Formats: sequence, C-alpha cells, structure tokens
Amino acid sequence: MSTEIAKTVDARGSFCPGPLMEIIKAMKTSTVGDVLEVWSNDQGSVKDIPEWINKVGHELVYTENAGDYWKIAIRKMK
Amino acid sequence: MSKHVVILGGGVGGTMVANHIARTIPEEIKNGDVKVTLLSNDQKHIYQPGYLFVAFNEAHMGQFERKEKTLLSPGVNLVIDNIVKIDKQAKKVFSDKGTAYAYDYLVISTGSVPTFDTIPGLAEDSHNFYTREGALKLRDALANFTEGKIVVTVDVPHKCPAAPLEMSLMLDDYFRVRGLRDKVDITYTYPISRVHALQSVADWAAPEFERRGINAETFFNLETVDTEKKLAISMEGTELPYDLLISIPTHRGSKVIIDSELGDENGFIPTDRHSLKMIGDDSIYVLGDATNLPISKAGSTAHYQTETVVHNIISELHGLPPRAHYDGKVVCFLESKMDEASFIEFTYNKPPQPAVPSEMLFWFKLAYNEMYWLFARGLL
Ligand SMILES: Cc1cc2nc3c(=O)[nH]c(=O)nc-3n(C[C@H](O)[C@H](O)[C@H](O)COP(=O)(O)OP(=O)(O)OC[C@H]3O[C@@H](n4cnc5c(N)ncnc54)[C@H](O)[C@@H]3O)c2cc1C
Repeated sequence: MSTEIAKTVDARGSFCPGPLMEIIKAMKTSTVGDVLEVWSNDQGSVKDIPEWINKVGHELVYTENAGDYWKIAIRKMK
Repeated sequence: MSKHVVILGGGVGGTMVANHIARTIPEEIKNGDVKVTLLSNDQKHIYQPGYLFVAFNEAHMGQFERKEKTLLSPGVNLVIDNIVKIDKQAKKVFSDKGTAYAYDYLVISTGSVPTFDTIPGLAEDSHNFYTREGALKLRDALANFTEGKIVVTVDVPHKCPAAPLEMSLMLDDYFRVRGLRDKVDITYTYPISRVHALQSVADWAAPEFERRGINAETFFNLETVDTEKKLAISMEGTELPYDLLISIPTHRGSKVIIDSELGDENGFIPTDRHSLKMIGDDSIYVLGDATNLPISKAGSTAHYQTETVVHNIISELHGLPPRAHYDGKVVCFLESKMDEASFIEFTYNKPPQPAVPSEMLFWFKLAYNEMYWLFARGLL
C-alpha cells in the first residue's frame, strides 16, 4: 500500500478543538486507504492520536519529531 | 476613484468589521473615497449563545435578536440580499435575484451551519440548540420531559466548543430544580479520550460530572441513530439507548462558499493564519467560523480577528502593506452552574490557563450577553 500523503492537516497552535479533533474531522471526508499526516506542536498528541487510532481501528503509519512539532501519519482503515 | 469594501455576512464578524471600518475612516466614507457595503441574507441579527438560555426557557428568543440595521454605523450601507456566487476572478458577488456587487476588497464572514444529513437517523430523531428552530423545539421537549434517558452527542467541527458541556451541566441543574433529577438519566459523550478538548477544562469537568451524577462516555463519535430501537451508535461500537437525543452535529461553511468552490470539503475557506487573507487571493479576507483555521469557532474568535482585518484593509486602502497579524487569540467563557462561570484565554503560542470558576465571572458572562450589542456596534 502506498504511503503517499493524501492530506496534510496543519494543527499547530490548535489548543481547542485540538489536533486530534482536527484529524477526526479530516478522516470523515477521506477515503479508506488514504494516509493523512497531522502536524502538532502539542506533546499530548503523541499519546492522544495513537490511542484514538487504536480504539477505532485505523493504522498508525509513523510518528516523526520535526524539530518543534510532530508529524503523525495515519491510514484510514474503515 | 472610490474604493469599494464589500462585507459578506451580517453576523458577529461582518457587523464588527463594517462598523470598525466606518468608525475609523468616517471622512473618507463621507467624501465618497471609500464605500462600505454589508450584505446579509437576514434582517435580524441573532446573538447565538442565547439559544442555550432559550432551550431552558430561561429567556425568550426576542431578547437575543436585534434588527441588523439598528446596529450599524451611518457609514455602512446595508443591503439584505442572498448571495449565491462569489466570482473572485471578476471580483464580484451575485445574489439570487441576479444583482452583481463589485468589490475592491471582500470580507467573508458567512459563519458555519450545523448539518443533520451526514448521519443516518439524525435529522429524524434528534434535538439541537444550534439553530433558532432547534432551540425552540428543544425548549418544548424539555418542558414536557419528566423521566427517561437524555443523551448528548458531539460531532466535529462545531462552533462554541464549550456549549455541549454547558448544556449537560445545565440539564442537571434544570431537572434538579424541577425535582425530577432522580428520574432523568443524563449521558454526555465526547469524541476523544477526555470530556473536553482542553485538558484543564476536562480536568475540572470530569469530577464535576461525577459529583452531579452525569454519565460521561468518551471516545464516542456518533455514526448512526437507530430511530426504531432509539439507540445512538458510535464509530467505536458503543450503543447508547435514549429517550431524548440532543446532538451537536458537524458543521459546514455557508452554501455560497461550497457552491463558489472557495472552501475545503466542508466548505471552510483556506485562510492565512496571521494575515487572515484567503490563501491565493490578495483581495479577500476571511474571519469567524468561515475560515479553515484549527482554532475555536466562536464569537470571540471573530471579535479578535476583526482588529486584524480592519487594520489590514485600511492599510491597503491607504496604499500601505497589510502588516497586522492575528495571534490566534480566543477567549471562552464557560458556564459551570446556573450561577457560576469560568473563563479561558489562549493564542497560537500561549496554552490555555483557565480561571477558577466564580460567581463574579458568572455575572460578567451575563453582562456580556448585554454588552455584546455594544461590541457589535463597534462602541467597545
Ligand atoms: C448555542 C450556541 C452558543 C454559543 N456560545 C458562544 C459563546 O459563549 N461564546 C462565543 O464566543 N461564541 C459562542 N457561539 C458561537 C458564535 O455564535 C459564532 O461562532 C459566531 O456567531 C461566528 O460569527 P461569524 O461572523 O463567523 O458568523 P455568524 O455570526 O453566524 O454570521 C454569519 C452571517 O452570514 C450571513 N450569511 C450566510 N450566508 C450568506 C449568504 N449566502 N448571503 C448573505 N448572507 C449570508 C448570515 O445570515 C449571518 O448573518 C455560540 C453558538 C451557538 C450556536
């Protein structure tokens, strides 16, 4: 399966609703198989996002430290 | 030659921008060097936070409505018209009557609207307090509700991130006052692992829910409503039985943004987070709920963005570069009881620090409901 990024969500500076909510929103309008990359400067996202992915059954592709923010890639599985 | 600033949307952002421009450069407007037109499809201006009070019959709808005309500075030319197309190449907007309005600068503040068609069963069997009609219908349903299960569901994006929490806390108070709390079961749901996006709000609200006997179901993203079995079913596989379902549904941008293909898949306009210009168009500014910025869709957001938009447009009218930057400031008041409130402030770079709930802040929030009209007029 390709890991080409279908959509990037820049959620840096988002405290409310926050990066996880931004990714949930973006997932709804994506197609199964799409990889979405979210950028977050909130340390909490590194735990929050994988936790939700696990619960719903999507796939965590990678978590990457990009200096002062994180890039987290997710594949929509259903 | 006269420059034309057209503002689309007579809600929080549009009204504030129009009034602030008119008050800042009255002479240029009087001389005809600048013309300010506000286009809106509603004669009335509604203070939307009022819907929450209407739903509990704490106030009447009329208390939160004013005629838009009465809120405007004399330098603003108000036209009530329904805009159906924005043509950024031609720099014109068109109404459903075929009237064209040409602009030099366009400000878009067309807000966001809840949509009920994205989840099966939601339109048929849910209540809401996010529309005028919804708040009135919910008021009647609550007034006649004496026992059973109430479920509150939350979808993203939605405006006013504090409102679902406030609704649940106020439901508890409302049924206690009516002496029915032991017969009414209240369940609040939230899409992520805690009860609110802001950690500090979640830390305060979770024990408060427990103390008041409000059930909290986290990781709950509504997927379907089974209207026959009366079940709210989540993407995560949880099924919650309800007698009264109150939903905060996902929002979209205004239809005109979708039809004009200016927005993303939800109809929100890609906007520069600092200059507030529409990305890829030098003549269009966007504020309030209409942007795609990852910040709270709230009246206070539109309020703080007004300063940046007005400063930048006036600079451009004067031939200067638009250098005002929006820093992501949002302030949010949170009603914690019928007589207590708290407030939280944050920017793109400054994480939120909530104030301790107090009775004084509650009175300030109540006062804001009245003060709002002075802000809208550009007087404060
Ligand atoms: C129940 C509830 C409680 C809330 N509580 C709070 C709170 O406590 N604090 C807070 O800060 N915010 C709160 N909000 C959110 C706040 O009301 C909105 O975020 C705010 O109104 C957004 O301002 P806006 O200018 O972007 O859009 P709006 O104020 O919604 O204005 C949009 C305007 O555009 C016009 N328009 C749209 N499309 C067209 C068209 N095609 N042609 C012509 N005109 C058009 C509409 O008629 C309207 O006048 C609450 C909202 C709700 C529903």
